[in-house]
Amino acid sequence: MTRIITLASGLLAIATMAAAEDVAPSAVSFADGGAILASLSGMPGDPANGAVVMVDRTKGNCIACHQVTAINADFPGNVGPSLDGAGDRWDESQLRGIVSNAKMTFPDTVMPSFYKNSGYIRPGAAFTGKAPEGDLPPLLTAQEVEDVVAYLATLK
Amino acid sequence: MTRTTSKGVISAAMLSVLASTAGAEIGDKLVVNGDLELTVEAPAPAFMADTGIKTIYSGWLFRDPDTQKIEMDDFDNPGMLYVDQGAEMWNTPAGTSNKSCADCHGDATETMAGVRATYPKWNEAAGVVRSLQGQIEFCRTEHQGAEPWKYAKAEINAMEAFISMQSRGMPVNVAIDGPAQSTWEQGREIYYTRYGQLELSCANCHEQNYDHYIRSDHLSQGQINGFPVYRLKDTQLTTASGRFVGCVRDTRAETFKADSAEFTALELYVASRGNGLSVEGVSVRH
Repeated sequence: MTRIITLASGLLAIATMAAAEDVAPSAVSFADGGAILASLSGMPGDPANGAVVMVDRTKGNCIACHQVTAINADFPGNVGPSLDGAGDRWDESQLRGIVSNAKMTFPDTVMPSFYKNSGYIRPGAAFTGKAPEGDLPPLLTAQEVEDVVAYLATLK
Repeated sequence: MTRTTSKGVISAAMLSVLASTAGAEIGDKLVVNGDLELTVEAPAPAFMADTGIKTIYSGWLFRDPDTQKIEMDDFDNPGMLYVDQGAEMWNTPAGTSNKSCADCHGDATETMAGVRATYPKWNEAAGVVRSLQGQIEFCRTEHQGAEPWKYAKAEINAMEAFISMQSRGMPVNVAIDGPAQSTWEQGREIYYTRYGQLELSCANCHEQNYDHYIRSDHLSQGQINGFPVYRLKDTQLTTASGRFVGCVRDTRAETFKADSAEFTALELYVASRGNGLSVEGVSVRH
């Protein structure tokens, strides 16, 4: 882990600072082909945490649909393609675009958009089946997107 | 379809499932109690020509052999307990009329045969398409003078199971034209709408990706010919509209109510995609 912080107060300060620098989901700018050129959090991603986010059912849950040999999960899904070699097929900005909103790269994809928080039809509050109170957060935070992108870039 | 069958191609993912499942493969013939073969595979209805689906499959084919086997014997099928409960309620007077279902409808094995196969169905007097549950509720409140059962709850589900059983083995045959057409079109619209924060439509999983896996969940075509279904993971009956509630909820959406006009329309549309498959009475899924 590249962001080792020993003091709780330091952690809080850094987290607050990082949040302030996040690109808001509504302000994300996509290049031609759906890539996002700059880090959404203004910070580099942590590939180790990215791997955690990818298997966490409450976070990315990427392996619900994708197989990743290096992660070796039980019963990975196969709705989406294997992510093995993703780091060879796509550069970091393209990976960031696909994770954030894959529909900008593949218009008909079934893949959810992980860094977006508007434009939904009947959005609900997580899995409650009820309408949300207030704005929905994106499925992943800016830093979590960066962490996943950093991990995917290692898949070569 | 790459589903594994005696005559099908075996997909890599399915091989791994088979390898982990001890016990014999049941295969692709659903025979109940050793003597009633149900149609679990049929040509797709004509309107599905542009969906890419040429053959429709009961969800039974997508389940593991142990689950498949439970539906093949009524003594093993826990759903039959609800059928018995429904049969008892059929003969029990209720409401201000103090009449039972049987007082008007007589012997259900005769009067209810084929009913489940044609619902949801246009009701001329009401001017709407009614689901079978909607019709049961109408009878109960308007004819019996009884308190409504809540939709998708134990009693009404048991009654639906009992009525559904009287059509077991008959082909699903819901009407999609005439006065039902606009409701059917509304259902189709809902089927292809990508709801919720995950932006998923019914079609995304059950038309485009059936026979694929989300984790260990083998995606079926989402057919509802088997409903009501005894779900092993819920240890209770689930209706089609009840399942819709859960499915739409799982897209991180504000779902519709089980007895909503939207889900009745969706039930008609999804039922019509199964025209030709057998009503399974009460099916078993995991």
